[in-house]
Amino acid sequence: MNWSWPFFFDYLTNGLMLRGAWTTIWLSVISMILGLGLGIVAAMMKMYGNTVIRYIAEFYIWLFRGTPILIQLVIIYTGLPQLGIRLNVIESAILGLALNEGAYLAEIIRAGIMSVDKGQEDASRAVGMTWRERMYLVILPQATRTIIPPLGNQFNGMLKTTSLASVISMEELMRNAQMLAQIEFRVLEAYSVAAIWYLILVSIWSVIQVRIEAHYEKPFGPAAAVSPEAKKELEKAIDKAGQA
Amino acid sequence: MNQQDLPAPNRRANGARTLGEPIVVIDRVQKSFHGNHVLKDVSLTVHKGEVVVICGRSGSGKSTLLRCIDQLETIDGGTIHAAGHLMGFREKNGKLVPLRDAQIARQQRDLGMVFQSFNLFPHVSVIDNITMAPVRILKRDKTEARNEARALLQRVGLPDKENAYPRQLSGGQQQRVAIARALAMKPKVMLFDEPTSALDPEMISEVLDVMIDLSEQGMTMIVVTHEMGFARAAADRVVLMHDGRIVEEAPPEEFFQNPRSEHTRLFLSKILSH
Repeated sequence: MNWSWPFFFDYLTNGLMLRGAWTTIWLSVISMILGLGLGIVAAMMKMYGNTVIRYIAEFYIWLFRGTPILIQLVIIYTGLPQLGIRLNVIESAILGLALNEGAYLAEIIRAGIMSVDKGQEDASRAVGMTWRERMYLVILPQATRTIIPPLGNQFNGMLKTTSLASVISMEELMRNAQMLAQIEFRVLEAYSVAAIWYLILVSIWSVIQVRIEAHYEKPFGPAAAVSPEAKKELEKAIDKAGQA
Repeated sequence: MNQQDLPAPNRRANGARTLGEPIVVIDRVQKSFHGNHVLKDVSLTVHKGEVVVICGRSGSGKSTLLRCIDQLETIDGGTIHAAGHLMGFREKNGKLVPLRDAQIARQQRDLGMVFQSFNLFPHVSVIDNITMAPVRILKRDKTEARNEARALLQRVGLPDKENAYPRQLSGGQQQRVAIARALAMKPKVMLFDEPTSALDPEMISEVLDVMIDLSEQGMTMIVVTHEMGFARAAADRVVLMHDGRIVEEAPPEEFFQNPRSEHTRLFLSKILSH
């Protein structure tokens, strides 16, 4: 056996690893935010666009969900220069991760919007809201409640997917662990430390995710907080809607 | 409120009261859903300050008519004028051109609508439900809008519920908030689509009381309902729809005691025998 605790503990707080972890964090956050924007736009295009716009959105979703992110990253960084499009490592990593994430989020957001009760659309139109106002003030805030849990899981995945950017030499956790492993050939120690850092990041995110979900759940409250009479009304209304 | 300068109508005291000018004019309206002809040549005129109750069996087209007035459905033929607007269209060289979403939204602000299933915004508090449209759409002053919302909550009998969320309210309370939400836009006409049908019997009267109060203050109202008690107490006219047409249109006493249409007699015998 050749496991070295001193190397392990040294790597755990090594500057290279800390910088890598920090890069993983901001790379994930920026890619996620951009991906969310792309996902909202793609979902809107698919749901409310005319035929051409819908096809464009569907093509985007099909393309980026149908190919490995690894190939997407490599094409963006090493392939596009052949077409005269030169992006640096950071730009390529962010673009690839955001485009990939957006394609997945589009479907999640679409499902969230469709989960909002049809009566909400009626009510917001009846008070004279335009499409934009209905979306912004009524539909999306309610869709958020459905979207938040899968969105949190997507971010959990994003923290780990960023490791693939190491192949285009993005200096995040994985890449820095590789570099560290090559210095003393303490491969197991270096990658174990990287794995532990991913676990730490994901665990911290889990705590944050629970809080965010609780925040968006607040207006709807735990099921027990619904008054018995309101619940009865609700069941009645559901029955009625079923009969209609 | 904004209705106070109007004289209280002498409703039901000396028969029909004097009516204002027409405020809703429905002219030969047609509407189909996937080949199913729901409204067949429907015409109806409602005057300012008038309360018109529309009843009929389910599937007779009464809810669709109400939704067409408020442009929640697009009509296939005919015209609807409401609160000074040609709803959903504009006239250009004698032809009707459909309006865009934002222009329809502007027309809808002059009509208030109350739904069977309340449809309050569940993600915001009661007072935000009421002030959302005035503040975010009409860009009214927030403090002023909140004060008006409190006055409206007082008026519908829920002064202590401003910070509650809709889920914490009973059906009757939610519907009263929905009425306050519609009134906050200062509509010229209020439309009610079976406002008490989803309520437990003991909650129906609290909603009807608010509606009767509203009618006494001179609000123009079109109410789709099965509550014949409300029709007797507050309606100037009762309309019966059958199979997409208006088959009876009469003051309540005539409607209930001396209906002309066979459909009305059948409808009344069914609804009153319960």
